[in-house]
Amino acid sequence: MTLTSIGPANRTPRTAETHPLTWRLRDDAEPVWLDEYQQKNGYAAARKALAEMSPADIVATVKDSGLKGRGGAGFSTGIKWGLMPADESINIRYLLCNADEMEPNTWKDRLLMEQLPHQLIEGMLISARALKAYRGYIFLRGEYVDAARNLNRAIAEAKAAGLLGKNILGSGFDFELFVHTGAGRYICGEETALINSLEGRRANPRSKPPFPAAVGVWGKPTCVNNVETLSNVPAIVGNGVDWYKSLARPGSEDMGTKLMGFSGKVKNPGLWELPFGITARELFEDYAGGMRDGYRLKCWQPGGAGTGFLLPEHLDAQMYAGGIGKVGTRMGTGLALAVDDSINMVSLLRNMEEFFARESCGWCTPCRDGLPWSVKLLRALERGEGQPGDLETLEQLVNFLGPGKTFCAHAPGAVEPLGSALKYFRQEFEAGVRGTPNETRPGVAASQV
Amino acid sequence: MNSIIQTDRFVLSETERSAIEHEMHHYEDPRAASIEALKIVQKERGWVPDGAIAAIAGILGIPASDVEGVATFYSQIFRVPVGRHVIRVCDSMTCYIGGHEDVLGAIRQKLGITPGQTTRDGRFTLLPVCCLGNCDKAPALMIDDDTFGNLTPEGIDQLLEAYP
Repeated sequence: MTLTSIGPANRTPRTAETHPLTWRLRDDAEPVWLDEYQQKNGYAAARKALAEMSPADIVATVKDSGLKGRGGAGFSTGIKWGLMPADESINIRYLLCNADEMEPNTWKDRLLMEQLPHQLIEGMLISARALKAYRGYIFLRGEYVDAARNLNRAIAEAKAAGLLGKNILGSGFDFELFVHTGAGRYICGEETALINSLEGRRANPRSKPPFPAAVGVWGKPTCVNNVETLSNVPAIVGNGVDWYKSLARPGSEDMGTKLMGFSGKVKNPGLWELPFGITARELFEDYAGGMRDGYRLKCWQPGGAGTGFLLPEHLDAQMYAGGIGKVGTRMGTGLALAVDDSINMVSLLRNMEEFFARESCGWCTPCRDGLPWSVKLLRALERGEGQPGDLETLEQLVNFLGPGKTFCAHAPGAVEPLGSALKYFRQEFEAGVRGTPNETRPGVAASQV
Repeated sequence: MNSIIQTDRFVLSETERSAIEHEMHHYEDPRAASIEALKIVQKERGWVPDGAIAAIAGILGIPASDVEGVATFYSQIFRVPVGRHVIRVCDSMTCYIGGHEDVLGAIRQKLGITPGQTTRDGRFTLLPVCCLGNCDKAPALMIDDDTFGNLTPEGIDQLLEAYP
């Protein structure tokens, strides 16, 4: 795990004012345990929230800060919190942390949980107070064994110090927190599938409405937030809305900082905390160092498998939801991927749709049947055995599996990169139709499948 | 003819039973411990035998078909015996770009199995896995609980030797 970079990240010291999520990280990448976390001003925001702020004050602060969900969808956290029922007699409420990080090319929550577990716990404590939740669960993917160990140790430390449990810091507020580890399946990251999984059921998404804020885990009001979202809460409460809103670059409609990254065949693949609104070019050139020698940037994805491909000319887009939206896709998780000129897009999309098809929960027909169909077509095109009409069929699938036509966002995410690849690299797909000369198919990878 | 599902001789160990009962207290409803219960059995035995399904259902007070439904849904619950070591190869597009298929090819050639299979000597099971979150060190894989990155086909022999 690296936060170092070739560019300005090494020249800009991380401070509490500029890098609220990562300034406490140790240079040796060891976890920051309770003593050190408190020496670095840790739990000060929780003390302030519990002693001086009402739950409504905390919700209003987070809403005013402009904090948006960091799991990929980018919905306003304050508005989501505001959906919890106002009825005080409903006193069983839950806060769930979505730590089921499985989106291909996403490794930001892992860093936060492994190295700064107390920051997440403090964020959950303040958020639970705001939501009047008496119990929280961190839904963690099973493969993150180090994160599970570190979170469990940190929770034990916090309990022993009176920062979790009964009457926290003498405030009268009770909150208990558990780590729940999953057993695989990407779909568990969908928030209603996550709720089903936590209840010990198959992780099929639920019909909305009712939304989890009304009917969530065990039928009770529930709020599900991403690890990075919750990790932002202490600094917002501690330093205030004005400070938080000053972090992003001019032009950005999103507030604060974001863990952003670049991977693929770049000189310096990594992860950095950066202000919203920096350009993708800064991220790519100044932080990731551009492409490795001998490779040229062919296209890039701004934030995970479910976001569309963009061309090198789009690198001047600003990294925030609206900035990436302007060039035709979503920012997603903000961890970008460089695709180099040695990669054939048909083979790459075949790899991606194999993943999405395998991870479909099978609940709704377009996703269950459409995704394997796309894989079949892509495999044929990859072998040069595609039929005339296959590209049109793929385009139909992009349409029929798109937003609003499936039970959840899994299939729309799966076809977004496919649609953009067909748009920008159509000739590579056309070259896979039987009878097209092989010499027009540069970089076709030999499939191992 | 032998019954395919042999449940009559299966007994959960005391360790398994108490671990499952402990987990139940973390949730409002015993059913929620079903995935953890399956993982507890799998940790002890390497996989989840048929008899464990009924035994877990008995402790949690839910139908065995529900436990089986959960056991067959989640990719990291094994309903057939697996090798002493489970290799999970990340097949994200990031690892694909990093040379995942060459690494997977080297493992397949070395072990003579395809994803989903177990070596004849019972040493390794090979499985695909969702992105391991090791994208700055692609391609990546896990063997048991250990994660490795920056893999090359040439390094596979030495890597596997550490898991007898």
